[in-house]
Amino acid sequence: MEQIIANGLYLGAQYALIALGLTLIFSLMNVLNFAHGQMYVLGGFVCYTVVAQLGMPFIVGLVASALVLAVLGGLIERFLFRPVIRRSKRDESTMLLAAGIAFFLDAVILLLFGEKQRGVPKVVNGVFNWDFRIIMPYDRILIGMLAIGLIVAFILFMQYSKAGRAMRALAQDRVAAQLMGVDVDRYSMIGFAMGAMLAGLVGALLVTITGVNLGMGGPTSIKAFLMIMIGGAGVISGAIAGGFILGMMESVGLSVLSSYGDVTYLVIFATLMIFLAIRPQGLMGKPWG
Amino acid sequence: MQNQPHAAPLAAGKGLTMPKMLGVAAFLAFVFAAVPMFIAATGRWDFYYTLTSVALLSIGAAGVWLTFYIGRINIGQGAYALAGGYVSAVLITQAGVSFWLTLPLAGLFCALISVLIGLPILRLRGVYFAMVTLVLTEVARLTALALPVTNGAKGITSIPLPGGVSVFGITLIPDFATLQNPRQAFYFAAIGLMILVYVILWRIVNSRLGHLCRSLQQNEELSASIGVNTAWLRIMAYAISSFFGGVAGAMFVSISQSIYPSSFVVQDSVNFMLYCFLGGLGYVFGPMLGTLLLYFGWDLLSVAGKYQLLIYSGAMITLMLVLPNGVLSLFDRKGGGK
Repeated sequence: MEQIIANGLYLGAQYALIALGLTLIFSLMNVLNFAHGQMYVLGGFVCYTVVAQLGMPFIVGLVASALVLAVLGGLIERFLFRPVIRRSKRDESTMLLAAGIAFFLDAVILLLFGEKQRGVPKVVNGVFNWDFRIIMPYDRILIGMLAIGLIVAFILFMQYSKAGRAMRALAQDRVAAQLMGVDVDRYSMIGFAMGAMLAGLVGALLVTITGVNLGMGGPTSIKAFLMIMIGGAGVISGAIAGGFILGMMESVGLSVLSSYGDVTYLVIFATLMIFLAIRPQGLMGKPWG
Repeated sequence: MQNQPHAAPLAAGKGLTMPKMLGVAAFLAFVFAAVPMFIAATGRWDFYYTLTSVALLSIGAAGVWLTFYIGRINIGQGAYALAGGYVSAVLITQAGVSFWLTLPLAGLFCALISVLIGLPILRLRGVYFAMVTLVLTEVARLTALALPVTNGAKGITSIPLPGGVSVFGITLIPDFATLQNPRQAFYFAAIGLMILVYVILWRIVNSRLGHLCRSLQQNEELSASIGVNTAWLRIMAYAISSFFGGVAGAMFVSISQSIYPSSFVVQDSVNFMLYCFLGGLGYVFGPMLGTLLLYFGWDLLSVAGKYQLLIYSGAMITLMLVLPNGVLSLFDRKGGGK
């Protein structure tokens, strides 16, 4: 039982970090970022290149992934999303753009890094063993802690920094924020860059444990969608809650339902459908996002 | 019911005008005569398969388009295509039903499930609905893996080709297995089905139901407050949409003669949505054009080898930057005072 909870927390911390980036982008620009999973994979590959091929320490890889993805996210917002949002009749048109970007990133990853599974060596060795009740390798604990640390840092940033306040104002009411003198364009760009950066960071964290490959992008996006649906789209606390809930459900499901075959996700989906029928806006979301 | 001027290029005037008739005739001549002649001349028999796929995918996209028409983003058409495919496959292989009968049955089955699923989820809006439908595709795949009747991951294979249909000894549809060129036969069947679906869709959009749907797209509360039964309309539109999805799936299965849980995945659902966006959401024939451009374009790009995806996605992004309201919005500007 302790083991299940520990696994759930570990998974949840990473999931929450992915969901945070997605929900940030969604709340600021009303864009459902289909390319989020691909950004995550790209972050993993950048970290792999820096650590495994250039032989730099892991922390450099982490920073490099964050920087590359932040710049990429900023550019994507400035040159792709902004003009399309301005000119299109329905804001759903950005979905086609987001999907196009997802394909594009897939193509870029395929050309630059190939389709092989890549990983980097363990950051720390050894296994934590508490009386055979919780057995967990140290590197997993480290990654889990780093993820939680990043979540806390992100919350603090959103809560107390000027940029964070501006972004929260933007998410609440775009027009009102603009009237109060918030530079909407600038903070949209920063927000998108931060969302992409978070995706890249998770990718860099996970490359040390599970490795990355080209095919991981799409499923990751779907999981991230699930999380923000559970918690409520566009709400930071919701994304964190959704991430931990999904992590926990996955961990419990895999151990409890394993005797019935591969039905964990079927059960999760079915539960989610019923849940959303009762509470369409998720745990903490605003109705109609 | 009069046909109000609508954004669709074919709906420029009232009823069937002369240029419109000519346009339809030209289209029919093109797909039924020019394309087969072209293929016979160039020997590119693989185009038959590509074009058949385009026709079938555009049937599914027509359904997605209809849900867009009531203001819902539907990324779950793959689920219904999969369900329709399985219904057809199971009925043919286990009950020995004729394929042509399973086609409407698959559609009806999907419409029925979509009513059950739609009742709760159609209350959702915006991205919430979009995300739930996206998840629905994954649910369909996992269900197909778990159910015994679908034979799990192994799928259902070696499904016989569609048999013949004859009424009073007159053969209406020949047995596909005896045909010299089943590919061509499938092409004609798929194109015929596609034309039928788009005629139905065009008819719906220009009917009372279509006008009501449009009111839903613009403001649901307002239309509910003036007495439109929005809940019923939403279910209706979603059921028709899923019917199209099921029919498309069933037809696909008969062509590939096999179905697996991975026959229609999330990617396909997303693609259905993209076809609609690319063609333009304000135009009945948008999804058809979008499917043709994206699917056929992808196929043609296979000469580019490993740069295929790069060029394809690059073109998609560029297209979106230049024409954010879909390709058919080009005609909007030219048409001016429609």
